[in-house]
Amino acid sequence: MTPSTIIAIVIALVVLWLIFAFNGLVRKKNRVQEAWSDIEVQLKRRYDLIPNLVETVKGYATHERTVLEDVTNARTTAMSAVDPKAKLQANDQLSNTLKSLFAVAENYPNLKANENFAKLQDELTDTEDKIQAARRFYNANVRDFNTSIQVFPTNLIAGAFHFTKQELFDVDNPTEREPVKVQF
Amino acid sequence: MKTLYTEASSNVRKTWALMTGVFVLIIALGWIFSQIYDSPGILVFAVALSIVLNVTSYWYSDKIVLATTGAKQIQKSDNPELWRIVENLSIASGLPMPKLFIVPTGAPNAFATGRDKEHASVAVTAGLLQIMNKDELEGVLAHELSHVGNKDMLVSTVVVVLVGTISLLADFFLRMSFWGGGRRNDREGNGNLMFFLGIVGAILAPIAATLIQLAISRKRESLADASGALLTRYPEGLASALEKIEQNPYPTAGASSATAHLYFTNPFKADAGDKKKTPFFVKLFMTHPPIEERIKKLKSMSL
Repeated sequence: MTPSTIIAIVIALVVLWLIFAFNGLVRKKNRVQEAWSDIEVQLKRRYDLIPNLVETVKGYATHERTVLEDVTNARTTAMSAVDPKAKLQANDQLSNTLKSLFAVAENYPNLKANENFAKLQDELTDTEDKIQAARRFYNANVRDFNTSIQVFPTNLIAGAFHFTKQELFDVDNPTEREPVKVQF
Repeated sequence: MKTLYTEASSNVRKTWALMTGVFVLIIALGWIFSQIYDSPGILVFAVALSIVLNVTSYWYSDKIVLATTGAKQIQKSDNPELWRIVENLSIASGLPMPKLFIVPTGAPNAFATGRDKEHASVAVTAGLLQIMNKDELEGVLAHELSHVGNKDMLVSTVVVVLVGTISLLADFFLRMSFWGGGRRNDREGNGNLMFFLGIVGAILAPIAATLIQLAISRKRESLADASGALLTRYPEGLASALEKIEQNPYPTAGASSATAHLYFTNPFKADAGDKKKTPFFVKLFMTHPPIEERIKKLKSMSL
């Protein structure tokens, strides 16, 4: 084998590696984006359920205007948020207002007996769980992507083609761990 | 520090190492036989037959398994709580929602089957639903969904094809030598040595291959434990489910040795009874790692 053949082989290998590594990064980045849209699907499902809930509660708990307003406002803020981080924070806030609403609902036996309310409560609790699950999947993908752009030698490609670290959105955020304060 | 991630990747590495081992065995055996009989056709035929047989059973794996266990498919309305657990775990692992089945038997167990994630089925026994709380159920189902996500049906099919090829080869050889040695080339000395090697190989290789198959099965179980725990972020759920199962004395009805590797724990309870460490020789023949070992691993996991 002449030295020129060896050089040609080495160059070919490097180019092949470049192609595979670059495509791998693109694939992982797309997976992160797809996982994000999975979160948004669940968020949208929750936005759609809330007006119904507010209407139902209004019919029974006429004195709870502030709690209802909190929920409606939190929903509007969450829906208008653009930046992912702000969107999730607004949604955590929305979760908290919903918790207060359900806690208040405990005081209205007629409301609790309402079938529609029970169904909505059930659906919303489920959606909450699904949002958490979608966030976990998103985090797993982000972690995977972030690791690949940091390890050598893929980090060279990541740097050259401007792949940047994606943000993790931890599921267990401190505001959710605190018990909800309910005032009667 | 050992994290879940390193646990998962070391399992994947070991699985590949074991599969390579089986493949080397096949080539060695095929080479010896074709040396003896001067016909490379034996190896080709054995590989082809084994592939056809096993790919067929892989393709219809869900139907075959579900029919033999008597599992009944359920809809969301039949058991909304179970449905939701699976639905949420599917979202968290990025898998499509599998078909859900309940096996009407009292022994607590669960399994996953199907050729890929689009055709996956997850089944739990009625006994499992009866004795497990939500966290434990979640742990068990996360383990099963991890089998789907880790493509364990594909892995075990590949392994079964490889092991089956070895058994077929060995079988051919023993039969042919029984019928008078066939077209053995009679170059003295070398021919006899090869023939002796052939006999030894034909007897030992299938045993070795089966042991490797079982070792892979145990690796995939540990892997599913680890990735399941990663999914729920709560290894204690699965650990406590395993503890409950260990205390349950009944073997799973409807399980046969052909489907044993599918289950969440060994359906024959070979590893239950005494709390002592399972002897190495017994462990070699188990489809699942010993329960006490799995519990210990789950409890020591740092997330």
